Amino acid sequence: MTKMLNLKLKVWRQDGPDDAGHFEDYSTTVADDASFLEMLDYVNEQLIADNREPIAFDHDCREGICGSCGLMINGQAHGPQKGTATCQLHMRKFNDGDHITIEPWRAAAFPIIKDLAVNRAAFDRIIESGGYITVNTGAAQDANETPVPKEAADAAMDAAACIGCGACVAACPNSAANLFTSAKIQHLNLLPQGQAERFGRTKAMVETMEDYFGSCTNYGECQEACPKEISVDFIAMMNRDYAKSMIVNRRRLGERKVG
Amino acid sequence: MTQAMERRGADAPKVHSTQRTNRPWPVEFWSSAIGKKWVMAVTGLGLMGFVFAHMVGNLKMFLGAEEFDAYAESLKTLLYPIIPENGVLWMFRVGLIVMFGLHIASAYQLTRMNHRARPVKYQSPRDYIAANFAARTMRWTGIIVGLYLLFHLADLTWGWFQPDFVKADAYNNLVNSLSRPPVAAIYIVANIALGIHLFHGGWSMFQSLGLNSPRYNGARRAFAAGFAVVVAGMNVFFPIAVLTGIVSN
Ligand code: SF4
Ligand code: FES
Repeated sequence: MTKMLNLKLKVWRQDGPDDAGHFEDYSTTVADDASFLEMLDYVNEQLIADNREPIAFDHDCREGICGSCGLMINGQAHGPQKGTATCQLHMRKFNDGDHITIEPWRAAAFPIIKDLAVNRAAFDRIIESGGYITVNTGAAQDANETPVPKEAADAAMDAAACIGCGACVAACPNSAANLFTSAKIQHLNLLPQGQAERFGRTKAMVETMEDYFGSCTNYGECQEACPKEISVDFIAMMNRDYAKSMIVNRRRLGERKVG
Repeated sequence: MTQAMERRGADAPKVHSTQRTNRPWPVEFWSSAIGKKWVMAVTGLGLMGFVFAHMVGNLKMFLGAEEFDAYAESLKTLLYPIIPENGVLWMFRVGLIVMFGLHIASAYQLTRMNHRARPVKYQSPRDYIAANFAARTMRWTGIIVGLYLLFHLADLTWGWFQPDFVKADAYNNLVNSLSRPPVAAIYIVANIALGIHLFHGGWSMFQSLGLNSPRYNGARRAFAAGFAVVVAGMNVFFPIAVLTGIVSN
């Protein structure tokens, strides 16, 4: 049975990166089988009909795999349901008459573009620093040519589940990106194919991360907010690999940089 | 290669600048936030060893003045005559000062970095799930413990606050000091803060050092909780023991 919910919304509105921004109140009535973003769509339709500026927010796949969406809902990144991206959150998680406060991610590394949309390009800087290859390597080799232990494959897959949404940074009281970065580092470092550049990559990605984000004090908030439930265990692995990189990289000629 | 990429939108400001130069690795490690967390963990571990040994040594007060004073004296002659009198004691002192210094310096620098990383706070209340009271108050419990440490030294090592302080009369100094209720209250409050600090620090250090294994992860929390309760619990009991007359002169 579909229930209708009357909701009071308090939404962050900000015209652009340099605008101060403020909360605005809206009321809406929505069916409880709508998703959270559909609820915002209804609000926006009403705003457009009233000739007012609709609320800007990021979204794309709406099935929890692209990492575009992400809102601070009642003080929790991606809202109250564990392991769920904002787009997969449904209104049945809320009650009739609820007050819902919606804010964008807040971090120096994620400047607000407009309203609830933030620029997460700092994540791209981290990924880029991990390196990439642009030569034509020919056809992919047979998948079973490199044996991978089951445990390593499972752990690497768990890390690779990260969709880059930024909820870990948003939820972290320090705005640290250690969960994201460790997931991106470890899904390669855990596999035999990732060994060749393991320590160079770890060092480069960690140092780029530290250019933009805060430092981890092991609150564990990120793990709770993460829609993919990435474990803080990966952060410990990254800390270990980063320390090792200090020694290992010295032994490698190409690693010594000047200037 | 990053320069070659077309960048979309404004770049985020930098909160920290890692200088990618060819410096000795300890310098480079210290300049990174993860390196500083290692330093915090290693010095934290050393300081945990100290607070534990300090607590165990103080248990001697239950054996009476003679035993306690003999223990205090013996610290001066540790490894004597291999090492001159007070030698080991001064090595410990210097080691502790260095560890405190590094622990505080890294905490300060990381805190500054974290503040820069979120210049505009959330404008609505946060609803924390995992960040517990201990983790969120590390800064404050740390400051309380640091100030208390200075007070403790002034009180029982230098005797500034005691009119009838007698150097080397450790037992009487201790009992005289702790039988003043306001002083006992300071000791109790500060040691509760120490316990809270240890509860998060004792767990956090494993993460920072990358000591992680699915098999032992549960034990890390238990260790931190047990350590905090034992050390802080006993330390809180000392002033209570003096106030209630269990320990008296
Ligand atoms: S680690 Fe989780 S919360 Fe962080 S970006 Fe990846 S999916 Fe999002
Ligand atoms: S819109 Fe793609 S993950 Fe939510």
